[in-house]
Amino acid sequence: MFNRDLWKEIFDTILKNKLRTFLSGFTVALGILIFVVLFGFGNGLKNTFNEFFNDDATNTFFLFPGRTSKPYKGYKSERRIEFDNSDLADIEKNFDPFLLYVTPRISRGALVKYNNESNNYSIRGVAPAHQFAEQTIIMFGRYINQEDIRSRAKHAVIGRMVEKDLFKGASALGAYIDVGGLAYKVVGVFQDEGGDNEERLIYTPYTTTQLIEKNTDKVDQIIVGFKPEIGYAGAMAFEKSLGTFIREKKYISPSDPNGIFIRNVADQLKQNQQFATVLQIIVSFFSIGTLIAGIIGISNIMVFVVKERTKELGIRKALGATPRQVINTILFESIFITTLSGFIGMVVGISILTALGETLEDYFIKNPYVDTGVAIGATIVLIIFGGIAGYIPAKKAADIKPIIALRDE
Amino acid sequence: MIEIKDLHKSYQMGSNTLHVLKGINFNVKAGELVAIMGSSGSGKSTLLNILGMLDVADTGSYVLDGVPIENMNETKAAQYRNKFLGFVFQSFNLINYKTAQENVALPLYYQRVSRKVRNEKALEYLDQVGLKPWATHLPSELSGGQKQRVAIARAMAAEPKVLLADEPTGALDSKTSYEVMDLIQQINDKGNTILVVTHEPDIAEMCKRVVILKDGVIVEDKKVNQKRASAYV
Repeated sequence: MFNRDLWKEIFDTILKNKLRTFLSGFTVALGILIFVVLFGFGNGLKNTFNEFFNDDATNTFFLFPGRTSKPYKGYKSERRIEFDNSDLADIEKNFDPFLLYVTPRISRGALVKYNNESNNYSIRGVAPAHQFAEQTIIMFGRYINQEDIRSRAKHAVIGRMVEKDLFKGASALGAYIDVGGLAYKVVGVFQDEGGDNEERLIYTPYTTTQLIEKNTDKVDQIIVGFKPEIGYAGAMAFEKSLGTFIREKKYISPSDPNGIFIRNVADQLKQNQQFATVLQIIVSFFSIGTLIAGIIGISNIMVFVVKERTKELGIRKALGATPRQVINTILFESIFITTLSGFIGMVVGISILTALGETLEDYFIKNPYVDTGVAIGATIVLIIFGGIAGYIPAKKAADIKPIIALRDE
Repeated sequence: MIEIKDLHKSYQMGSNTLHVLKGINFNVKAGELVAIMGSSGSGKSTLLNILGMLDVADTGSYVLDGVPIENMNETKAAQYRNKFLGFVFQSFNLINYKTAQENVALPLYYQRVSRKVRNEKALEYLDQVGLKPWATHLPSELSGGQKQRVAIARAMAAEPKVLLADEPTGALDSKTSYEVMDLIQQINDKGNTILVVTHEPDIAEMCKRVVILKDGVIVEDKKVNQKRASAYV
């Protein structure tokens, strides 16, 4: 197999039959190229998808108050439910084994001013644990801490876009901003994977918000983070008992769907992942289809090549080539061409993906890439099938009596 | 050199059987130049193909240079062809993408002769047929006579025991035919055994012995006074 003369003979044949070489090489290269690009686009689509849905922590419940739709225990229906600080404490006390953190969220809009710049932003009164729920990334300074909560400090953590809007590139850290008529000190600047809108937020201690609003103890929403170890089933059970607990405490009928709402991110995540899996299956289907088309292409060309060479093979046999030598001549030529052009197709495909980079982000294809292992695997599959596709007709040609091959004009 | 006893060969043509060779008995000694003649369909090409191990007989024995040729598989036949036989065809059968020199070197490649040696030898044999200056030309750049001379050089390059020529002049005009026959006579003069299948009487007269086939049997086998082709060139 590593006979220098044999390879020399094969190279000679390859170089002197350029059209044939080009045709079979082109088929393989194109097959691999399309496979790689398609697979890369599929991955890009998946990346976009993951980015859309996975910027927040996935081990959280969001509790929203609602309005009852059923009378219960002497309370009439249409009663407004509100959460307050005691609910936070009760959840913490009763569900400690499952619990990672609890944080309220009080959302308000306010006009925010700094020097001559002003804009309307959402202000969120939160506890320190809120950072984990939103997966907020601190760029400068710090997040809201327990001391801020205790002292009801007028501290603010502002988004990257807020700093950009109001401070025009200067550092906001330590500056005082006017939030709805009150001066807040900027203690931190954050960024968020969720995009620009998530970065046009201002976080303040929820106790400060409550103090400003006539020292109330009400909160809008409660966000509960649970330990990821409890798993999907555990999360579902926790959601159920949490719902029961709140309903009981707030005198809401267990069968009332409207008193409170719980948004379970874990449940959504599961659905999203199922969708992503379906996406992956579709992309794989197309990629494998391309690969099969490539295999059929190379098989066709090999059949044609052997047919075209029947007479030549007859001459070679008359001159003393053994059937094995005849098969080797064709097989090694085919393997050599498929390997080389498969590699070229792979490299070109990967280069195209790299060159495209982020340019297709508007079309929901972000950071398209393909595992080198997958690309090499596909190339090897094509080489093997190219070999088989060459072997079968080559074997047939080698078995033809030379006299018949020579008659083939 | 060649001993054939009671050789039979038939072909299946659809539902009927065509009995081509009906018991051939035939011996050739070393150094002979034999013409096999006969009208088309007489079985002369079939006989040559069997002699050349390109085809197998149904029954009968064939001994080539003391080696019985029987129960050949393709690999063995290929090795024997390479060692014992050289072929010259009517349609030349050169490989069209190889130069004259590469064509001549091909049987040596299958004898596993090193590249350097086989190229030297190929050039030597091309020189013998007077085509050394054409060594790097492709068959498409050569005339019919030149192609046949390359084919003869290729057949001789493997230094075979027997040279088999199937209508070597069939595709050539008479002047070129005589040139080719002159070459074949020269090779024979050096002691090589040569069998020529032809249907042209003037070509047959240039051999030393003429065997005439008719309907699958030898009807005549005679020595002739060889005419030298060089006299006509």
